[in-house]
Amino acid sequence: MTLALEQTLNGLQFGVMLFLLAAGLTLVFGIMGVINLAHGSMYMIGAYVAATSAEHGAPFAVAVLAGAAAAAVAGAVVEAVVVRRLYGRNHLDQVLATFGLILIANDGVSIVWGRTPLEMKIPDALAGAVPIFDISYPVYRLLLIACGVALAVALAFFVARTRLGALIRAGATHRELVGALGVNIVQLNTIVFALGALLAGVAGALLAPILSVQIGMGEQVLIMTFVAIVIGGLGSIRGAFVGALAIGLVDTLGRAYIPVLLRAVTTPDLADTLGGGLSAIAIYVLMAVVLIWKPRGLFPVSSR
Amino acid sequence: MYLATLLVLVAIPILAAIFGQPFWVNAATRIVIYGIVAMSLDLIVGYGAMVSFGHAAFFALGGYVAGILLTNGIDSAFVTWPAAMLAAALLAAGVGALSLRTSGVYFIMITLAFGQMVYYASVGLKMFGGTDGLPVPARSTLPLIDLRDATVFYIVCTVVLVAFFVIASRLVESRFGMVVRGAAESERRMTALGFPVARYRLVAFVIAGAVAGLAGALWADFSRFVSPDMASWTRSGEFLVMVILGGIGSLAGGLYGAAVLTGFESLFSGFTEHWMLVLGIVLILIVLFAKRGIYGVLAGRRHD
Repeated sequence: MTLALEQTLNGLQFGVMLFLLAAGLTLVFGIMGVINLAHGSMYMIGAYVAATSAEHGAPFAVAVLAGAAAAAVAGAVVEAVVVRRLYGRNHLDQVLATFGLILIANDGVSIVWGRTPLEMKIPDALAGAVPIFDISYPVYRLLLIACGVALAVALAFFVARTRLGALIRAGATHRELVGALGVNIVQLNTIVFALGALLAGVAGALLAPILSVQIGMGEQVLIMTFVAIVIGGLGSIRGAFVGALAIGLVDTLGRAYIPVLLRAVTTPDLADTLGGGLSAIAIYVLMAVVLIWKPRGLFPVSSR
Repeated sequence: MYLATLLVLVAIPILAAIFGQPFWVNAATRIVIYGIVAMSLDLIVGYGAMVSFGHAAFFALGGYVAGILLTNGIDSAFVTWPAAMLAAALLAAGVGALSLRTSGVYFIMITLAFGQMVYYASVGLKMFGGTDGLPVPARSTLPLIDLRDATVFYIVCTVVLVAFFVIASRLVESRFGMVVRGAAESERRMTALGFPVARYRLVAFVIAGAVAGLAGALWADFSRFVSPDMASWTRSGEFLVMVILGGIGSLAGGLYGAAVLTGFESLFSGFTEHWMLVLGIVLILIVLFAKRGIYGVLAGRRHD
């Protein structure tokens, strides 16, 4: 029971952070029809800038904002220079060009920061743990859950209730019509892309204190983000939320319980061997099952 | 152009012997093996519009099957190579049957997910080395021919490459190839003409997987080492890069792409640590401005 509560909270924490990444990726796909493999690089940039700012004495909140801002700027630049030319191209071209962006981002980061991983400290005020029922849980992780949920609510409000949000929704389904009504589509695209990068940067900055900030961190999380939005249905923010939480919980609980369950039915040796592999595979199995059952994800978007 | 390519392939071991540079033969062998994989991938991506982002899984499985057989003292190439092909073909049949229910981005993502499953399976299977990989004790053997000799092994790989090129070239011009290509252009039209499109696609997918498996077995023989890295998603990405660099839908382009990517690495890694940065920029430029790749440049514009 104790373990279950702790692991569920861990899964939630991972899930909401994943949602911050998934939201941007799914928006960009929904509106511009672009698969952006370089989304993980925005997350990496957010983490590096936040860690460096904190190292130079910036307060925690400032460091996180700096990371988010850096990612947003990087996103706007990348959109204007490369991604803009990929609208309307086939998915293979998009995959390859953004794969090229990953190579550039990774090498660029190694030029600026070197290959040694950075570390960022959890601020003292948030370093403790609080008791929840019979366990004590780190305050920082609770803060991550709260931030993630708050941003998800803010994003939902933004998309559903503001003028810009309405344009984004309209752009996803009736692109030409929105343009014909006099909306600057080019600018809208850049804003959406930068917004997605900003959310990815926030996730990177918030996770920097509990992860190792290193080159390649973007790719690891990128694949999981894709799995989340594919499960949810590409282009759907609600789908991204459900998918991200499902991935967070399945992955965390799978790693905690699959080896235990296997140990109950087989020898410990075999259980350890299989358990590690099976729990790493769990989310991919989930995605394959969902796609075979619903080839366009749980919340299919009709326009594409 | 094909004649010139063949002449270069034949000239390499001769030149290497004349100039006393045995290293050239090994570099060329690596290119030829990657070329086989890229060519098999081009068969489904270039002609069937099935953008598989998990092709490395078949390459890795073939390598592991050959490696495991060789570790257990079974060293006849008449066993190891067909076994690798068969295993990869079976995996491709399963992956293909499930993945081909989807299309477009979802197909890219589900093949990526299956690729990741193979990757984590190879990491998880400790009896085959896990993350450390599996050293292969010896090369496969053929009667009368000594595969341990670098030049002989190179010639055998080249024969496999040329044989596959000839077969694949005939295949894409055959009735079977026409159906697969027709379905890539308009699935509805081919279905209306009465072709069971899904079955044709699956067969093409299985052929490509089996050939990648054979290349994996050759790789296990060549490098005397197999590891999960063979199945990583970046490896799948590199195979796609080779196809695009060389020229999509040209078969021979796969070899040129493999040569350029491998050559690029050894050329630039010589004087800059950051050759990936250069590669990323080149990749983006090629995607944006040179759609038919190296093959397109060599063959002129008559195929457009």
